[in-house]
Amino acid sequence: MATLAPQSASAAAVHEEVLDNGLRVLIQEVHTAPLASVWCWYRVGSRDEGPGQTGVSHWVEHMNFKGTTNIPRDRVKGIIEQYGGYWNGYTWVDQTTYTETATRDALDHMLFIEAERMTNGLYDPADCESERTVIISELQGGENDPDQLLDQEMTATAIQAHPYRHPTIGWLSDLQTMTREDLYGYYRAFYVPNNATLVIVGDIETAAALKSAAKHFAGIPSREVRRHLHTREPEQLGERRVTIRREGTTAYFKIGYHAPAIGSADFFPMLLLDAVLSGAKGMNLWASFRTAPPQRSARLYQALVNTGIASAVGGALMPTQDPFVYTISVTATEGVPLSRVEDATLGAIEDVRTRGLTPQELRKAKNQMRARLVFENDSITNIAHQLGYYETIDSWRFVASVPERIEAVTLDEVAAVAERWLKASNRTIGWFDPAS
Amino acid sequence: MSTTTHAGLAPVREVLANGVRVVAKESRTTPAVTIHAAVYAGTVCDPSSQPGVAHFISRTIDRGTTSRSVDQIAEELDSRGVSLATSVNRHALSLVSTCLVEDFQSVLSIVADIILNPAFPEAEVRTRRGEIITTIRQDEDNPAAVASEALMEILYGDAHPYGRRTRGTTESVDTITRGMLQAFHASWFVPQALCLVIVGDVEPELAVDAASRAFGGWRGAAPPCVTLPTPERSRERRVRLVPMMNKAQADLAYGFTSILRSDPAYYSFWLMNNILGQYSIGGRLGDSIRERQGMAYYVFSSLDANVIPGPLVIRAGVNPANVERAVASIDAELSRFVADGPSDRELTESKQYLIGSMPRTLETNMGIANFLQTVEFFGLGLDYDRRVPALLQALSKEDVHAAARAALDPERAAIVVAGPYAGPLR
Repeated sequence: MATLAPQSASAAAVHEEVLDNGLRVLIQEVHTAPLASVWCWYRVGSRDEGPGQTGVSHWVEHMNFKGTTNIPRDRVKGIIEQYGGYWNGYTWVDQTTYTETATRDALDHMLFIEAERMTNGLYDPADCESERTVIISELQGGENDPDQLLDQEMTATAIQAHPYRHPTIGWLSDLQTMTREDLYGYYRAFYVPNNATLVIVGDIETAAALKSAAKHFAGIPSREVRRHLHTREPEQLGERRVTIRREGTTAYFKIGYHAPAIGSADFFPMLLLDAVLSGAKGMNLWASFRTAPPQRSARLYQALVNTGIASAVGGALMPTQDPFVYTISVTATEGVPLSRVEDATLGAIEDVRTRGLTPQELRKAKNQMRARLVFENDSITNIAHQLGYYETIDSWRFVASVPERIEAVTLDEVAAVAERWLKASNRTIGWFDPAS
Repeated sequence: MSTTTHAGLAPVREVLANGVRVVAKESRTTPAVTIHAAVYAGTVCDPSSQPGVAHFISRTIDRGTTSRSVDQIAEELDSRGVSLATSVNRHALSLVSTCLVEDFQSVLSIVADIILNPAFPEAEVRTRRGEIITTIRQDEDNPAAVASEALMEILYGDAHPYGRRTRGTTESVDTITRGMLQAFHASWFVPQALCLVIVGDVEPELAVDAASRAFGGWRGAAPPCVTLPTPERSRERRVRLVPMMNKAQADLAYGFTSILRSDPAYYSFWLMNNILGQYSIGGRLGDSIRERQGMAYYVFSSLDANVIPGPLVIRAGVNPANVERAVASIDAELSRFVADGPSDRELTESKQYLIGSMPRTLETNMGIANFLQTVEFFGLGLDYDRRVPALLQALSKEDVHAAARAALDPERAAIVVAGPYAGPLR
């Protein structure tokens, strides 16, 4: 539980069915191991939280592991482990999701768990209280990491109006004051079949899986989901800065640029631009972003790490429904002042903006993406993640179109996005300056 | 369409004439291959006067060979979308790479060149030294790293290879020279110290042939022996506090030395540890500290039975106001386990879980490669994946209870608290 495209997945391999209550069911048979993976996705995340309620989506996610009408609290432990299974969940800006992967004979059981979670959560008041301190511990553990703290401050400075500005875990005062009724009300408002996508992938038979899904979910009534309107983030008019001065050993530097959303024509050019700057990460936040990208020859690695200015550099363009921030993160080498890190980073970016990329660089970025798309779909859990993730922010069909869209990007398009998005007035610069 | 459950992994294993071990397993899940090369040149091989050399090697070995410049290696790998992960633990220095099947031969030859012919260019040594010192300084500001390292020092002593920090100290790293890296490489990087595991969409015979071409001509003497003293079992409870008042949360590390991986009691310890601090959300410890008392986002235990009695460590991150209550809860759970042993349900469920999770562990190329490296390092046998269910099924409540009695004693625990907390824990 945390806050946070298959090449082979042609659209034809996926069976799609929408139940009468609006639940979208996606099923893909993959017979490589005797396993099945289930993911249940909800279109609710920190974007849906208003003032005083930040962190409620994530807290609700935690409460949805605390028992249901037909899964008593003391039977939660081991409910999927009996099948050798693994379970987890995460909440981020646009989505909340729950997953189990276990032996294929557990499929019906996994669907039962997800149907219970959709409608029968207990929200015992004592459990709500106990989880309050667990989540505050999660928040404070995160704040122990200066890089994470800087990321939070930089994002909140870059985004002024859209709810993407606040951290998914929430602000501390909201976590201290929200009530059981806030949690339960939020759960009832968003956990309905017409706001969910159920994904089943693995060594299963489509018709039987669909029958089992209908058995557990068809009786859950749909209900209208009311969302408040989201403010559209206004154009940034000038560079912003945030500096954290705190005790620490190491200096960190970040730049956040407002970035194109998943539906924008600029998204893929921007993704390839990031690959040239910091190495290709792929498209799976669950899998690929955990391993180092191929980046030794990338622009920023060459300019910062190979020159000894930084010990690490990374870039992150996240696929999101609305425009989020593209972040470049740099760890300064011991003894190197942040001003020098900043100059070198901005110099490398300005070089791309003024002189563009070479055709070889773009080719390499595309090759990297092609390989990453294969690597990140090596398990049924990862394949299922991708279908649900993209269905929640766009469409599951997006996944199959990724290789073609990457291949179609031109040098001119990458030059145009560098010009448009990486300009000075669109950026927020963050420093973590350690005071001894 | 093959499954691994009934037939088992059944990998192919070959020892080349020079002593290189090759283990290959075909898997057609994706058109990719994972190459996992482990050289038994971990941090236990560091000269006692110069900790950090093995880690320094792991940061520089892939930065140029006698025939390829650092930029050439970067370009050859990056252009194929391949990242080469180099890492080091106490016993092995590993180079791990996943590539598309069409790139397998090329990537394997680069990996071989890196292992056999690293150049350690002076400029690279200089640049990477700055990176390593920065990483060490980051660790010093990280309560989780500080607590874990201090616990190992208490359990094994600062002169023991298990008790030293694996990355060395800033002082030591400052004085590591290119010559020291070359000398370490010459002694420890020898054919008998390499185990190469290849898993993916390539027939085992072809994988072994490719490995033979890449490594068959390598010559070298037997690696030196490292003598690792067996740690003395503690006779008393030891507590160390490392105040880090700039932090929001305190990290706890609480542990013991355990047993040898080769000890017949290992499987009882494995099951005992799963019940104590792993099963579902952190086993009994998670039930108490996270689920019932809401004190921590994470609490778990881990067991590292090894070629000497490795550590059994409990870790948790807690609010500084809850440090004493959290430690008292760990004490209470250990005492209860020692007094009563496991319940019937716990025994059954943990067995089901550990046995049932095998197909998941062995689903991906990387999962299989990691598993086969462990099998090879401890000499568990090529049919180990098939023997695990019976080994676990055979265990009784009394076996697990005996493991708890042998391992868990709050009066002999070593405890470290790193974070915004200055006492008064005992």
